[in-house]
Amino acid sequence: MAGPGRTAQGFGRSGFSAGARFLLLAIVCVALMILDSREQHLVRVRQALTVVVSPVRVLVDLPFRTWYSARDTFAARDALIAENQQFRRERLETEGRLQRLAALEMENARLRELLDSTARVGSRALVAEILAVDSDPYQRFNLNRGFVDGVFVGQAVIDAQGVVGQIMRVGPFTSEAVLITDADHSVPVSVNRNGLRTIAYGTGDSQRLRLNVTNNAPIEEGDLLISSGLGGVFPQGYPVGRVIEVRLRPDQAFAEIFAEPMSALDRDREVLLVWDDVADDGESDTEEAAAGAADRH
Amino acid sequence: MAARRHWWVSVLSLAVTLMLAVVPVPDPVASLRPDWVAVVLLYWSLMAPRHFSLLTAFWMGIALDTLSGALLGQNALALLAVVYLAEKFHLRLRVFPVSQLAITVLLLLGLYEFILFWIDGMADRAVPLIERWLPPVTGTLVWLAMYVLFDHRERAAPARL
Repeated sequence: MAGPGRTAQGFGRSGFSAGARFLLLAIVCVALMILDSREQHLVRVRQALTVVVSPVRVLVDLPFRTWYSARDTFAARDALIAENQQFRRERLETEGRLQRLAALEMENARLRELLDSTARVGSRALVAEILAVDSDPYQRFNLNRGFVDGVFVGQAVIDAQGVVGQIMRVGPFTSEAVLITDADHSVPVSVNRNGLRTIAYGTGDSQRLRLNVTNNAPIEEGDLLISSGLGGVFPQGYPVGRVIEVRLRPDQAFAEIFAEPMSALDRDREVLLVWDDVADDGESDTEEAAAGAADRH
Repeated sequence: MAARRHWWVSVLSLAVTLMLAVVPVPDPVASLRPDWVAVVLLYWSLMAPRHFSLLTAFWMGIALDTLSGALLGQNALALLAVVYLAEKFHLRLRVFPVSQLAITVLLLLGLYEFILFWIDGMADRAVPLIERWLPPVTGTLVWLAMYVLFDHRERAAPARL
């Protein structure tokens, strides 16, 4: 008795047959995809949807967060002391290096002044946590900062070792970034040793970047690649990767060169969002937020 | 009736499905991840047709698109297609032995991935091919496991039609 009733209800729910409803919804899907592929049209809709599905994100993230905090809580005292000591040592080293950097930056600014070129003011950063959400098969990840924190599309994301990726979409409280190893992504880089400029393409494999340079270009295994600042997305001078394989192809114009990203793309829990100060100012509150966030961790 | 009383079970199962679809897994097994949403919706549409409407498939697809950063409507269209086909032919499929049913599921999941792949191609988004052909296989295995685990209960319901 319940059976036929439910069937009739299923068919009659919107007055259309199943086929018509399928067609209608499919057309809606196609329209959405066309609009979405033309960048700007669906930004608001996406933002709203991001908020709607955010409970799922939070719930998925929760066990991981709990696990991390439980591990921190129950970590043996010795381990914590050892870790603390290591951090102290590292901090001392880093600060030592920073002192030299400050002097160099001053010198650089003076030289630039002499050359009448614009001084680079430096950049600000905001700590963002990676939400434990997987977005297979694309190399994407979600961050717990959105446009209320001043995050913008195209913003560079780095970690302690180097460039991680850039922001693709911004929601109110979260944002979505694409890794530099995404198959659709590319970073303008230069070889640190000699300034040779090229582009590092993502391969879809989080351990590999691909470069196209001519067979006779001066590039070797072990060369450090840094962001060249061309293209205007990534600030100049951040490490991107290290060349791990040079495959010369005498029969073709270009050699095949692979590099390994410097950043710990698949192990990071926290990353830095960078603002290049030349581009914009007037958001000093984000700096305080960054300081607060840095204190908390 | 039963469906109405246990509406929260349906909602919960859909929510858990979405969570399974986005929970991070270690890199080596990432390409093995089944298409959870497609598998669960296929399970329902074959075992208890019209338990969920096409509209549910649409919204699940949109949620998945939002969570995974796919083109909005991409998963939705693929889900709509396989759920529609499964529901349209479920009476014929129901009399199949389980082996043929599993092959049908494999084909439908293959179609699902093919639609995603095809849209990726049109939108110029490169995705490694291995991410596209393994999930239907693991998805079919998950479907089989669900069939074995739950079917003794579900099978009775549509038979009374």
